Amino acid sequence: MIDAASSTAAKDDSLVRPVVGRLEEVTKVYPMGATEVHALAGVTVSFEKGSFWAIMGPSGSGKSTMLNLLGCLDRPTSGRYLIEGRDVARLDDNALSEIRLRHLGFIFQSFNLIPQLTVRENIELPLFYLDWDVDASAERAEVVAERVGLTDRLEHRPAELSGGQQQRVAIARALATDPSILLADEPTGNLDSATSVQIMELLGELNAQGRTILMVTHEPSLANYAQRRLHMSDGLIERIEGDSA
Amino acid sequence: MKRIRAFRNIKLGIKTLMLHKLRSFLTMLGVVFGVGSVVAMLAVGEGASKEALEEIRKLGSTNIIVSSIKPVEDESSGTRSPFSVSSYGLLYEDEQRARDAFSQIERIVPAKVVREEGRLGERKLDLRVIGTTAGWFDLVRRQLIAGRTMAACDNEERNNVVVLTEYGARRLLATERTIGQHLRIGGEYYEVIGIVRSESGQGGAIQTPDQAIDAYIPVLLARERYGDYQTEITSGSMTRESVELHQLIIQVDRSTHVESVAAGIDRMLRKFHAKNDYRISVPLALLRQAESTKRTFNVVLGSIAGISLLVGGIGIMNIMLASVTERTREIGIRRAIGAKRRQIIVQFLIETVVLSTAGGLVGVSLGMLIPWLITQLAGMPTMVTAYSVALALGISMSVGIVFGIYPARHAANLDPIEALRHE
Repeated sequence: MIDAASSTAAKDDSLVRPVVGRLEEVTKVYPMGATEVHALAGVTVSFEKGSFWAIMGPSGSGKSTMLNLLGCLDRPTSGRYLIEGRDVARLDDNALSEIRLRHLGFIFQSFNLIPQLTVRENIELPLFYLDWDVDASAERAEVVAERVGLTDRLEHRPAELSGGQQQRVAIARALATDPSILLADEPTGNLDSATSVQIMELLGELNAQGRTILMVTHEPSLANYAQRRLHMSDGLIERIEGDSA
Repeated sequence: MKRIRAFRNIKLGIKTLMLHKLRSFLTMLGVVFGVGSVVAMLAVGEGASKEALEEIRKLGSTNIIVSSIKPVEDESSGTRSPFSVSSYGLLYEDEQRARDAFSQIERIVPAKVVREEGRLGERKLDLRVIGTTAGWFDLVRRQLIAGRTMAACDNEERNNVVVLTEYGARRLLATERTIGQHLRIGGEYYEVIGIVRSESGQGGAIQTPDQAIDAYIPVLLARERYGDYQTEITSGSMTRESVELHQLIIQVDRSTHVESVAAGIDRMLRKFHAKNDYRISVPLALLRQAESTKRTFNVVLGSIAGISLLVGGIGIMNIMLASVTERTREIGIRRAIGAKRRQIIVQFLIETVVLSTAGGLVGVSLGMLIPWLITQLAGMPTMVTAYSVALALGISMSVGIVFGIYPARHAANLDPIEALRHE
């Protein structure tokens, strides 16, 4: 499994970087009445550690399906999905939850913070499910809050924050468990352009510090923050642009 | 670690419920009233049956009480001459016959009732004069306040003695110094030898053998002086009756013999009594009956309480289902972050259990307050037992679990992708 991943890495001209995520011949078929919709029709791609990908394509091209699969929210119809060398495509719900908790961090278009919890509690949420004790969680929340520049907002409710700040909270929450992959779904879709730039710069910084980021977007301008651009079309990878440097 | 998580989960549950205080409170109400009514009804039932059982126990579990009753045919023939005498009831010989027939009988105490007016100096009181023997005071155990009770020789020697009750003594202004004074009953004088406490059986279904207005004299004396005829004038009509003995209290040696002896006495008496003019009551049987009545009562109460708790539980389930729908997105977020299904179930289950247990606690307080008020206002005895409180709390927690499972599972089984899309 490790060999397969590294040989792919060699083909992708990124020998120096190990692969954290890899899709192999992944298909996703939805039954739609009498017919079937092939949302993904056989996708193979490797994501190296520390890379920043923009997944692009028109609606219906399969990019959302791909993100759901990458996020372990869904299972492929066929094919393999390796995270850190382990095939997670056939795991049960419990094991997938565990993968999401330990290896993945989500950043959504609509922030998806829990409104009745404070910023601190939102950031601590994954640590709660990891059974961290109170002091360690508080400490970790402060560290990641400082990283996204929200130290003075920890006791606020999400509704008291601006959109940009809310997205920072979401990023802090995604960072709390120190995941292998950050998954971002149109992270600036609900933000004005100035704030969008700030969020994208933050993501860029995180990437520069070694985070692997997979971002779905349809805005070419945002895609420029990524090193690699993956264009989807009709459930297939149309082309991959950019280099892994 | 586990305990910390449970504690945090409960804290989270309480916090979430506190976000909608009114809704949580209204949801709780069903359980509050359900549990409150369980505790209150059981307390009232327990109080009433305890009183009844206490009264029966006072009658003695080894006793058989045979009483004279006016036969039905005599009562219905009201068109007969107003001067005719109806003669019924236990006979003087019955006492001896029973004594001879059953070796298990330890003691038989006869009671002959005469209504007469008692006078002590200027004071008057209508008395229920009971002609009996010394055994009365062994069977109907009442505290002696002053003097002495009747002795065996009082009856044999036909001594002019009377034992008063505390109530009668008060009404006649008798005190300890009255011991030795003479009480006039009808036309005769008796020396007051003692005063006993009386048990005024208030409103119970079971009649105690003694009453507050009793005065006890030797039975042989009663028979000689007052005879068997009693004339009663009620609302213009006059009834004359002839009754030899009004009651026989029979004590047997062991409680296991009570029922066989009672049946035997019934068979024996039937031979000598053509009319159905006596009634045998067995306190032990009454006790058993009262206990079975109590069980039935508890089953009925339990069903009513069960139904009200069911309704309360459905109310909780309904609100929790609405809450799950309302919080679909939150569930999606938690699942995406990595919460397992089990953790979502636990989260929602804890909310319902917290809700129903809080309802249970409020309900128990309510259920303890109501019986207290009943006792204070209506004077009815009530008793909140520990088991009813434990039962009510246990049930309310179970209601939370039973009716929380479905909404919690529903929440846990939501598809995270769909849930995240939910507006």
